[in-house]
Amino acid sequence: MPNRILKQARQDTMLLNMGPSHPAMHGTIRIMLELDGERILNSEVEVGYLHRGFEKTCEHRTYFNLLPYTDRLNYVSPLINNLGYVMTVEKMLGVEVPERAQYIRVLMSELSRISDHLTCLAAMAMECGAFTAFLYKMKAREFLWDVIEQTTGARMTTSYIRIGGVRADLHPGFDTVLKKAIEETRLVLKDVRGLLDKNKIFLNRTRDVAVMSREDAVAFGWTGPCLRSTGVSYDVRKAHPYLVYDRLNWEVPLGEKGDNFDRYMVRMKEMEQSLRIVEQAAVRIPKSCRAFIAEGMAPAQAIKESRRQRVREDIALSPNLEGSEEARYPDILASDKGYVVPPKEETYTSIEGLINHFKFFMRGHGLRPPKGDVYFAVEGGNGELGFYIVSDGTDRPYRLHLRAPCFHIVSALEALIQGRYVADVIPTFGSMNMIGGELDR
Amino acid sequence: MEEKTILERLRREFPAEVEGAAASPLGEDVVIIGKGALLPVMAYLKAKPEDYAMLLDLTCVDLRGEEPRFEMVYHLFSLTHNRRLRIKTRLPEEELRIASLTSLWKNANWLEREVYDLFGVHFEGHPDLRRLFMYDGFEGYPLRKDYPLRRRQPLIRLKD
Repeated sequence: MPNRILKQARQDTMLLNMGPSHPAMHGTIRIMLELDGERILNSEVEVGYLHRGFEKTCEHRTYFNLLPYTDRLNYVSPLINNLGYVMTVEKMLGVEVPERAQYIRVLMSELSRISDHLTCLAAMAMECGAFTAFLYKMKAREFLWDVIEQTTGARMTTSYIRIGGVRADLHPGFDTVLKKAIEETRLVLKDVRGLLDKNKIFLNRTRDVAVMSREDAVAFGWTGPCLRSTGVSYDVRKAHPYLVYDRLNWEVPLGEKGDNFDRYMVRMKEMEQSLRIVEQAAVRIPKSCRAFIAEGMAPAQAIKESRRQRVREDIALSPNLEGSEEARYPDILASDKGYVVPPKEETYTSIEGLINHFKFFMRGHGLRPPKGDVYFAVEGGNGELGFYIVSDGTDRPYRLHLRAPCFHIVSALEALIQGRYVADVIPTFGSMNMIGGELDR
Repeated sequence: MEEKTILERLRREFPAEVEGAAASPLGEDVVIIGKGALLPVMAYLKAKPEDYAMLLDLTCVDLRGEEPRFEMVYHLFSLTHNRRLRIKTRLPEEELRIASLTSLWKNANWLEREVYDLFGVHFEGHPDLRRLFMYDGFEGYPLRKDYPLRRRQPLIRLKD
């Protein structure tokens, strides 16, 4: 209940309830406004409608098991959430990830970042009345998701980045689809800039609206594009480089004023930088010397054969997801057997493989990081996405805490809309990119 | 003088309150302080020479079976020095109170409400300490270790 505002409200003002089921309140969030005419005197933001007990659930899952829950945090860029969690655990375990897998991770997280920004800006533009821009951006996002879907097998709930590497190698047709997606996204970005950058309606609703000062942004713990729109140059990818970001050429775009328009602009420019990263990474990624095995024994046949004797022939499996070929493992997964799921070919055809498989999944036997606590952060779509994990030496985290970037950003909403008009709530809220999944956990 | 690490400087500034300061095995700076010293230590860290201007995160860990039972964990970040710092302090179960950081950082407001909501820690000096995620009338503190995973709570009545 918005108790504070109910208590404090003046007699002659109007209380207006926005949300939790309001089309402009992206996920589920409720804003109680105290209005004098159209002007907002006070407001109270109420969150928690999407609270699913993520942290409590994780304490009862093994390190391997809880990966799918991280997909559901920021549901427009799930791959980055996977990455943040996986790299935190890898830091505890001290796993070495092969170079090709690192490049795949960079490719995937940048594609997710673009689709994250596209979604945010599309919604923001649509709520300001620019429906065409929304459709254009959604179109571009579809092309990006085609790339992601082809390799990971899913559009949103990917669970693709695994402890020790990635789930499967890139799809054979990856380069073609990627090229198409980059071209289409570039075109859309150009069109959208033409539609919005000098659009009077859009400018009136965003320029000088909800200005955040540099000091306040830092005091509120803002990170990501919202912090950079105020002119503070902090990007986790530059400040604490992880994966191969320090080997690629790209810049950190900054805003000047920290108003809604700057937040829009920084996101637009960041997408261009992400496209640059994707292009470079796609060229530099170490080639896999192992070809896909197209001709071989069918999996069902191999299982049947293995009942009589060990199968020595190659087994044909689809290039991804339905079981990666063991031969490709060295490129995409850590070499240490204890950290990764044993190859399915071995599990199904040899007794040692079966034992390894059971040892990995058996209660109390899986991944067991050493005692201690660790904090690791990656640059998510909204900013610093950090995981704080306390391990007690067992196979499930003793405590897992998520530093959700938009938690800090949304906590500044009350301060930003105070004294503005009701109509300003919409673009302000839209430019923050509130994601219920990671905000409410 | 500059060669001294932040851990050594903190030990020198607050000899009585800093109980331990070391880099964790994974290379993270961790400082353990007494809970009474939280505000002065944080104010010192936020001010200029150290310049930990950002409160990255604030959370709590329930170490059931140990004494004191709760551990507050603060993550600070300095934009100028580009380094993170973890501050920890222990709270006994009988006296679950600690100073609020709302006077130093604005995001402490929601972060502390969250910890109050899920762990029941009271923050002294917080302007508006209420539950954040759970509803009014929710019983217990769900992230404590003695709260069962699947406990059900009765439905509450709709308010007018």
